[in-house]
Order: sequence, then C-alpha cells, then structure tokens
Amino acid sequence: MGIESLLKSNILVTTVDAVVNWGRKYSLWPMPMGTACCAIEFMSTLASRYDMGRFGAERLSFSPRQADLMVVAGRVSIKMMPVVIRIWEEIPEPKWCIAMGACASSGGVFDTYTLVQGIDQFIPVDVYIAGCPPRPEGVLDALVKIQKLVEQDSIKKRK
Amino acid sequence: MNKRPEIEEIKARFPESYIRDEEFRGDISIVVRKDRIFDIFKFLKEDENFLYNFLVDVTCVDYLKLNEIERFAVVYHLYSHKNNSRIRIKALVPEKDTVISSVCSLWKGANWMEREVFDLFGIEFTGHPDLRRILTPDDFTGHPLRKDYPLKGRGERENFKVVK
Repeated sequence: MGIESLLKSNILVTTVDAVVNWGRKYSLWPMPMGTACCAIEFMSTLASRYDMGRFGAERLSFSPRQADLMVVAGRVSIKMMPVVIRIWEEIPEPKWCIAMGACASSGGVFDTYTLVQGIDQFIPVDVYIAGCPPRPEGVLDALVKIQKLVEQDSIKKRK
Repeated sequence: MNKRPEIEEIKARFPESYIRDEEFRGDISIVVRKDRIFDIFKFLKEDENFLYNFLVDVTCVDYLKLNEIERFAVVYHLYSHKNNSRIRIKALVPEKDTVISSVCSLWKGANWMEREVFDLFGIEFTGHPDLRRILTPDDFTGHPLRKDYPLKGRGERENFKVVK
C-alpha cells in the first residue's frame, strides 16, 4: 500500500481562481448606498420572506472598507454624486456595483435639473436592475448575475 | 360672520400694509405688503391676546402669470400654543425687489426655512445671520422653484464637475 493510493481520495487539484472565486461568490458583502424608496425594497429582499442570506449576501456592510458589492438604491442628485464616488473609491478591490432601479440606472422619471442621469456616467456599473422600485426577485436575479461575474473573475487579471 | 380679531387688529394697526384677508374652512390668511412685515410679526407674537409663539413654516409662492398683485408671496404659518389658533400671513414681494425682512430674531426656527426660500426662490432676507444655499450645491446658479426656471436646468446637470 503506497502513499499514492491515499492521495487519490484526499487531494483535490484545482486552480487558485476557482477556489478564490467560489469563496467570494458565496460571501459577497453588499454595501447599501440607499438614497430613496429602492433602499426600502432592498431591505425587504434581505428580510425573511426573500432572504438574501440564501445566496450568502446577508452581511450588509455599512462601511465601504469592509464591502465588495455596492448597491446604489435610489436617485442620486448632483450634490450627492461626489459622495457616492468617494464611497465607491473607498471600497477595496475586488468590487462590483449594482445600479438598482430606474433612477440609479438612468435618472428614471426625474429628468430634472438636479438629478444625475445614470450613475454609470461616473462609476462603473456591473448589473442594472429595471423597475421602479424593482421587486425583490429582481434584486436576487441581479445578485446571481453578480455571482456569475465573480465566477469569471481572475486574480491574474486584477493587479 | 364676525371676522377674527387678528384681522381687525392688523387692519387697524397696519392700514398701509393690509391688502385683503381670506378664509377657508376656518383657517384665515392675511395678505399684506412686505414693508412692515417684521412689525406685524412682532405684534402677533408679543400681543397679550394673540401670543403666536410658534412659527410653523416659511415658504413661498411664485404667482407668475397668475394675476396676483406682485409676483412672489412669502407665506408664514403661525401657531399660538396658548390660544390653540393658527394664522397664515402672505407677504407679497415684487419681482424687481425680492428683499424682505428676516424674522430670525423672533423665531430661531426661521433660519433654515428662510435659507430654503432664498435657495429655491431667490428671496433675500435682510438681517438673516447666515443666508447661504441649503438644498442645491454651493456653486449652483439660479433659483429652481421659480416658475420660469427650465425643468431640466440651465446646464447644471451637463456641466456638473465631480470633485474628487
């Protein structure tokens, strides 16, 4: 009985990317950047009926330094945008961003003097959620899409 | 029906200010000229019979194209805790002279409400301790709640510089 036969059943060979991404994917720490009614809908997504914890993202970070997913939920005015950018820059890499709802994605119905017409003019957005506000299912769908993005990530690409 | 004593008193004491009064479901409004507005409020606050000690709200109306005597009206809502009564004073402000006396020295709560009216309507309050913009960004130009202000702004959104 050589050692080789023992190794066969106890060692799994894989890539670093696969392991790291698997870990990241199921433990996203979202940072809610809630400015309006979408944030209320986001809260209900976290609560027991829809339970975002099933996807491993129930640990909300209220500090950007301990988050890797920013959820911009609500309208962002031109006075608020520098703050959102600052918070986005405070999140350490790797990080992802969800623009939740019509206002964050495109300005929504507020085509006015005060509102940023889509946060993607200033920060990179990975997933947009349609709706005003989106249903919790939409938020969960976006989370799964983010998980797919995380899966495709590579630590080699990121420096 | 007899008119409320506030109306008669203001009519008697400030005849040059009084324009008209309105009543709707028991709530009265008195429309006045802006010149002696501070004295009117001082009287309403300090007179033994009225004691309007609480300033509920300061806001403004733009009567553009609405056939009012002047273009703007600064609207004050007062409440008397002692008499449990409310009154609304509308001070008409002409477009050419958008200056009105501040009531911050009577009610400290007027501070931010007057800043808001200044920010959104461009009414200047003389004697205000800190008349800065309160809602729009500091470098904003124009007063967006004026009815002739374009909804999409005058390039504030497009020329917006993000400070990093």
